[in-house]
Amino acid sequence: MNRASRLEGFGFIAPLLVLMVVAFNAPIVYMLGLAFWEKGRGFTLEHYEGLLEAPVYLRVLGNTMRIALIATIANIIIGYPLAHWMRGLGSRGRMIALALVVLPFWVSILVRTYAWIVVLGNGGIVNRALQWSGLTDAPVSFLYNELGVTIGMANVLLPFLVLPLFAAMIRIDDRLLQAAASLGAPPRTIFWKVYFPLTLPALAAGALLVFILCLGFYVTPAILGGGRVPMISNLLDTLINQIPRWEQASAISTILLIVTLVIFAAYRRLDRKASGT
Amino acid sequence: MSDIRLEGVTKRYGTFAAADQVDLSVTQGEFVTILGPSGSGKTTLLSLIAGLNRPTSGRIFIGGRDVTNATAQERNIGLVFQSYALFPHMSVLENVLFPLGVRKIGGAEADKLARDALKLVRLDGLEARRPSQLSGGQQQRVALARAVVFKPDILLLDEPLGALDRKLREELQVELKQLQRTLGVTTLLVTHDQEEALSLSDRIMVLDKGRTQQVAAPTEAYLRPANRFVAEFLGIANFVDLPDGRQGVVRPERVRLAGEGQGKAARVIEAIYLGQMVRYHLALDDNRSVVVAVPFLGTAHAPGERVSVSWESADVWPVT
Repeated sequence: MNRASRLEGFGFIAPLLVLMVVAFNAPIVYMLGLAFWEKGRGFTLEHYEGLLEAPVYLRVLGNTMRIALIATIANIIIGYPLAHWMRGLGSRGRMIALALVVLPFWVSILVRTYAWIVVLGNGGIVNRALQWSGLTDAPVSFLYNELGVTIGMANVLLPFLVLPLFAAMIRIDDRLLQAAASLGAPPRTIFWKVYFPLTLPALAAGALLVFILCLGFYVTPAILGGGRVPMISNLLDTLINQIPRWEQASAISTILLIVTLVIFAAYRRLDRKASGT
Repeated sequence: MSDIRLEGVTKRYGTFAAADQVDLSVTQGEFVTILGPSGSGKTTLLSLIAGLNRPTSGRIFIGGRDVTNATAQERNIGLVFQSYALFPHMSVLENVLFPLGVRKIGGAEADKLARDALKLVRLDGLEARRPSQLSGGQQQRVALARAVVFKPDILLLDEPLGALDRKLREELQVELKQLQRTLGVTTLLVTHDQEEALSLSDRIMVLDKGRTQQVAAPTEAYLRPANRFVAEFLGIANFVDLPDGRQGVVRPERVRLAGEGQGKAARVIEAIYLGQMVRYHLALDDNRSVVVAVPFLGTAHAPGERVSVSWESADVWPVT
């Protein structure tokens, strides 16, 4: 391509670029800058100092990471066998299973989250089943605590893990597994040495996506946590809409962004090492 | 190293028989090819022997041991697929080490065995590469090395050269034959390519619709086919009437071609140059067609030219 045609191509995407910068990037930069800039006083780090002085902020951040990690692990424990099971189905069964996994995507997240209140409540189907089977005498409280939040987030985010994992699994040629069997490998070895390593990149990418989405999750923790499970997004909501302390919110957002980027960078590094390039 | 014996092996899918009462006996160190068109059941048969599938009825013996109900893992078979089936996340060396690791052979011993196997297929120096960094022919050699490194009782090859281009295929045919002879391993190859079958094997088993058509040495099957199907599948066949009312087959290179008036009169329809040979498609006066193949010696008959053809009655093999 010569210079003129490159410029011509730029002309076509310029409106889009402007839109991106003005509507998306500029507000983020402005938001990040809020914490560093005090009207009339110029550059300051006091909002970050404020974060360190009030341990509640860091505790919420740690809490958020922990819940996100648990929800991600729960997702893997449910999602991996589910995707593997779907791989073994016929083409018709796969379609149906895939539709069932994707279906919740089409239902509003608000509706899905409220549905969990019906399911997990003291008079809900889960508690009635537990009491009927004699496993418990009194209702187990699933709602307005970490357990409920974790269940809700795991449910909402499951497709983000299952879909890439399923796509990677159906790409694995059955003949690879047959070859491994013919070479004398027992099923357990075939799984751990051949099947699992081939699904690992998709599993890592899916899990990372779920984890990052968990970090910024707002609706589900707000409803299923009932304000009693502090997560970072809910804290931000309080700082912006109730107390108004935008500068503090900006500082927390910046830290959240940095944490996310660091996790992503670590993943990229691992991924590149694994693929051997 | 072992012999293979199939006794009445049948595989049904519903009412369809992919393999129907197949008997076969391969002696130790022999190279046998199962030849058939697609859908003839040849790959089914191979998967039954490999243990990837169970027969509906019949028995399979490897080295005298009844393995009919043994899993693939228990059979100690080297299997090579057309699609190579190399583990993409492992290096060449790791691929070849895999069957050794499964057999609890490790360390320097495994390393030496694997490197020797790679040397055998002339891939030394490429141990650290990934399969995706190799050409198709190299990948198939890795698959071969992986299939023989653990000294399997038998070697099964499922259209191993099918995905390669012609020149490479011919090169690898020679290598495969040499490798098989060096190792002396009992080998069963599946292919639809009759040239490959004729050039590689000690014996050929021709399969059609799940049934055995003929088991014979390549020259035997080519010149004395058991039936019409074998005659046509193994190459070009001219069918001629015999005095006793039966039909006989005569191969193109057994037909003599001469100038007009020295045999049956014929007209040249098409002349096809094949490099060393030229093949004529002729029409006899009764409109039956005959194909003749003669060495190309600089001049050829042109389409429309009148010639004559004849053949020795000894070169005509009666078929049903």
